[in-house]
Amino acid sequence: MRSPTKGARAGRAGAVPYLFLAPAMALFALFMALPIGYTCYLSLRRIKVSGLGLGKGARKEVFAGLANYAAAIGDGELWAGWLRVLGYGALVLTLMLGLALVFALMLDATHVRLARFTRISIFLPYAVPGVAATLMWGFLYLPSLSPFGDHRFLGADLVTFSMANVAIWGGTGFNMLVLYTNLRAVPREYYEAAKIDGASELAIALRIKIPLLVPSIILTTVFSVIATIQVFTEPTTLRPLTNTISSTWSPLMKVYRDAFVTGDLYSAAATSMVIAAISLVLSFGFLRIVKNHAFGEGR
Amino acid sequence: MRVNRLAVAAVAILAAALSTACSGGSEEPSAGAASQSAAAAGPVKLTYWTWVPNMDKIVAVWNQAHPDIQVTVSKQAGGDDAAAKFLTAAKAGNPPDLVQAEYQMLPSFVAADAVADIKAETAQVKGEFGEGIWSLVTLGTDAVYGVPQDSGPMMLYYRKDLFDKYGIKVPKTWDEYAEAARTVHKKNPKVFLGTFSSKDPGWFAGLAQQAGAQWWSISGDAWKVAVNDEPTKKVASYWGGLVKEGVIDGMPYFTPEWNKALNDGTLLTWPSAVWGPGVLSSNAPKAKGKWAIAPLPQWNAGENYSGFWGGSSTAVAAKSPNKAAAAKFAIWLNTDPQALKLLIDEGAIYPASVKGAALMTKAPDYFSNQPDFWQQAAAIGATARGFTFGPDVNVTYNAYKDAFDKAVAAKSDFTAAVQSMQDATVADMQKSGFSLAQ
Repeated sequence: MRSPTKGARAGRAGAVPYLFLAPAMALFALFMALPIGYTCYLSLRRIKVSGLGLGKGARKEVFAGLANYAAAIGDGELWAGWLRVLGYGALVLTLMLGLALVFALMLDATHVRLARFTRISIFLPYAVPGVAATLMWGFLYLPSLSPFGDHRFLGADLVTFSMANVAIWGGTGFNMLVLYTNLRAVPREYYEAAKIDGASELAIALRIKIPLLVPSIILTTVFSVIATIQVFTEPTTLRPLTNTISSTWSPLMKVYRDAFVTGDLYSAAATSMVIAAISLVLSFGFLRIVKNHAFGEGR
Repeated sequence: MRVNRLAVAAVAILAAALSTACSGGSEEPSAGAASQSAAAAGPVKLTYWTWVPNMDKIVAVWNQAHPDIQVTVSKQAGGDDAAAKFLTAAKAGNPPDLVQAEYQMLPSFVAADAVADIKAETAQVKGEFGEGIWSLVTLGTDAVYGVPQDSGPMMLYYRKDLFDKYGIKVPKTWDEYAEAARTVHKKNPKVFLGTFSSKDPGWFAGLAQQAGAQWWSISGDAWKVAVNDEPTKKVASYWGGLVKEGVIDGMPYFTPEWNKALNDGTLLTWPSAVWGPGVLSSNAPKAKGKWAIAPLPQWNAGENYSGFWGGSSTAVAAKSPNKAAAAKFAIWLNTDPQALKLLIDEGAIYPASVKGAALMTKAPDYFSNQPDFWQQAAAIGATARGFTFGPDVNVTYNAYKDAFDKAVAAKSDFTAAVQSMQDATVADMQKSGFSLAQ
């Protein structure tokens, strides 16, 4: 009795996990592995034109080796784009996350009036689609339409700040909500104990709340880093309004330009692989550095 | 309670769907077969990508008269984006059957093998178009890659009322234009005679054409690229000088700021194309009746030249399964008198067909102050000269935007921007392997 049932059960148990995994694996293969593989394939090819390039058969796809990668890595515009995004990202990350943290702590303080209303109104900009938000701000920035007076918000020296402002306006609410939700989960007894010990609201915020929030802060930072690397909507939407944003302002804009404006899908594929590698290194690098703070406590 | 009712409803719908599905499968096999055979012999279905306003109304007239060829319009954003989308769709293998192809993009479409040669189908309508326009769809080869739809000869749009107010005459030469720019800006520092748009390479190409530029040409089996030829450099340094001097503004066209300036009288001229009235009436409705047209200022007194900004053809996709039907529609749309009338009235288009000019009698509503608008436009159109477009105009145009963005912002040398357009164009063609003549 024992041995046959055991064998049958083990066999069934062996198949069941795969069955449960199958949908996820199928989706992963279809929508992640396959496109990445195809991009990789494209990045190793190029178009070879002969003669005038007109008419049938004048244009062939050939193997290019690593030439597209060499061109992508050797392109000064790509690295200049990274520098611009770095400056923009430094602004967005510090201001947006800083504001989100301050707002979350303020809303969580003991005596707050209109907490619900304030929370919703800070969160609301997140519900505005990026393109709509950027267009709205774009109109506000144009000197002849701006209610803020005759400043060149989209001029060479201010344009990065103007773009960062759109991202901060849109993203603060979301990050605040993540932090605030985590704060609400903290047992109130901690605060009572601290108060009995004579801690002020400020001391509670600095010594209890922020240390408890560190994992969430790291999470929101990683999300924001990834979003910043992928910045595309704001500069692309503002570009028609000003002559200070080039078609290669951010790395992803360069990919878009190569693929859809100048029609070189192969260079675009190689550049996207390079960008993917850099964002992997950046986000995992950051996680590695802060790993002990974030997830080490449980062990 | 509500949940329960919802569940009941869902079950009922499901049951109904199942039962109809079953009955459809089991009881009416003959009906299914009939509809299948009808589909095989049914009307040819064509899709058409265009951004001509009200094209759906024009196509409805065709569909009514041609039950066997049914065309569906898919409205596009227009310009560079539409061209990129079509090239991508063609590469992916599911392009529309018909596409609106701007003349400067047609060589790219041909080079990507995305549009069909419709020489045989269009043989009988060749005579309906002028030679200059026809060469834009043949690219100087034996093939025909589209049916010309409209053209965009350039002219000077100006604020008649404000010209009087500031005491300036309509400039006959570009020297007079520069002088007028100085006068106007001196009288009122908030007002500019014109603006140089770093976002509109097609506009700059038209001005270069007027000056006699030849950006591309074919010599033997090789391309010759001369974006930095003398006429182009002359145009660039002229505008660069005025921008640097501060008497010509640097804001791009088609922005909210520009609309405002057109409306409130802080911008007095717009060197544009014959399709300008459509733009002005939607972007500057308040200034209706205040704008007028004149020929472009000339480089040398006594000359009479213009260039082209925009204009498109109707092309048939190389991968379309119904090329003959598609070509038939394209020919009807651009040569049939009824269609031309519709294009003029509904689409606000200046038809390329020579028959079209005779149909344009009533001036556009926006220009009701200038009843001879079309006669003037036709006279100007006859003086326009174009050039051959190369196979990577998109690269050149993108380089224009990036280089002139910087040059306008820094008020630096415009001829350097022209040089970087040339360099980008040549580098791209070399990389792809085109034969280049030196």
